[in-house]
Amino acid sequence: MKSLSSLHESIIGRIANRILLALFAAITCFPPAFAQSSTQAKHEEPTLYGPLARAPQSARQRQNPFEGNPQEATAGGKLFEQHCAECHGEKAGGTRRAPALLTPDVQQAAPGTLFWLLTNGSIRRGMPVWSKLPEPQRWQIVTFLQSLNLKAKKSTGE
Amino acid sequence: MRIRHYFSVKPFHLLWPHLSLLVWFALWAGLPAVAQESPYIVTYNHYLEEPGNLEVEYLSTFGTQRGGNDFHSFLVSLEYGVKPWWTTELYLDGQTSFGDSTVFTGFRVENRFRLLDREHAVNPVLYIEYENINDADKVFKEVEGHDIESDSAGSNASARRNANHELEMKLLLSSTFKGWNVAVNPIFVKNLSPSEPWEFAYAIGASRPLALKARPNRCFFCAENFIAGLEMYGGLGDAESPGLHETSHYLAPAIAWNLPTDWTFRLSSGFGLNNNSHRLLFRWGVSKEFSGFGETLRRMFGGRS
Repeated sequence: MKSLSSLHESIIGRIANRILLALFAAITCFPPAFAQSSTQAKHEEPTLYGPLARAPQSARQRQNPFEGNPQEATAGGKLFEQHCAECHGEKAGGTRRAPALLTPDVQQAAPGTLFWLLTNGSIRRGMPVWSKLPEPQRWQIVTFLQSLNLKAKKSTGE
Repeated sequence: MRIRHYFSVKPFHLLWPHLSLLVWFALWAGLPAVAQESPYIVTYNHYLEEPGNLEVEYLSTFGTQRGGNDFHSFLVSLEYGVKPWWTTELYLDGQTSFGDSTVFTGFRVENRFRLLDREHAVNPVLYIEYENINDADKVFKEVEGHDIESDSAGSNASARRNANHELEMKLLLSSTFKGWNVAVNPIFVKNLSPSEPWEFAYAIGASRPLALKARPNRCFFCAENFIAGLEMYGGLGDAESPGLHETSHYLAPAIAWNLPTDWTFRLSSGFGLNNNSHRLLFRWGVSKEFSGFGETLRRMFGGRS
């Protein structure tokens, strides 16, 4: 009887292990849920800059503590070059991987909106979260992005 | 005494593999992408690899061993960001036990899945890993169940004969506030041999950059490039005998140095907290991030980018 129960345990154990391995393989090869929801997200947000519109009101109202500070904009430029340029392009003009940041959608967005998007990313559209950068560094990047608008205005003589 | 022995008797012979790896890394120039790596060696936070980027890391561990030979274990890991919510990683492990031999001890494949779209107060990530490692493995990427120091005292020849197939699951809970990151990882391990019970473990960590604001100029030694942290990890027994008895635990201060040239150096010194633990696990690692690796591969093989 003892050997029969240990045989049962062994069979159940083997089945459980195979289920675990199959689960691992399934999750690895067919990552769950997200693929489908990512397609749905693209349908819901037809424009490239749709994620900006998702920023909640409270986030939009946040003020940039470094607004107009050229030194912080320079520091933000350095951070942009280190973390963002590989996708958005060296001059923020966009690449195949991520959209341009010189467009009115971005340049006219509230600083709080840009900060919110930088913090939360847009996972379904390929942008990772950047909350691993400390908050002051994210504001420095926002300051840099806003300074691009000023530079563009100066160069067109507005 | 043993530490002195390690660095004095055969220094060049022992350091040569490290130096050759460094040279190899240095010769392989990549696209600019600065990593912002945490200093944790065992604990994971919720930040995944950026999509399309490849990070190559070499990690070395020197460990003391009572009742046996001190050892130097090493691993190479290849971490790839598949999607912003999915990172996959391959590890190759090996070790040298002084006065014994150098052996390859196995491999691991891990996947991490971010479960929520946006940032929250606590951010969960699901971690699933398959391990094919033998008993000679001394990398200590986690300490689980009733793992204790005396388990590592045997000879490599006998330990490597016993291969383990394990499935490891972690729930990575992590939070970042005012520059501080706090991460808690409950760990569940199942050896795929039917007779082995589930094992439990934990890893917790806290870290913070030495400066929160960036300087305007590019710099190597400025405080913003350093992240200091502290982690604690250990076993919690198994399903048949859960608890802290016959378990080992470590406390490890650690620091990461993220260079603007996309290199990261990490240093950690783990101190055993009870008599079942190794007295010291001294670790250092070097990693380099290659941005746009996935796109380069796609171009090479004629795919769409």
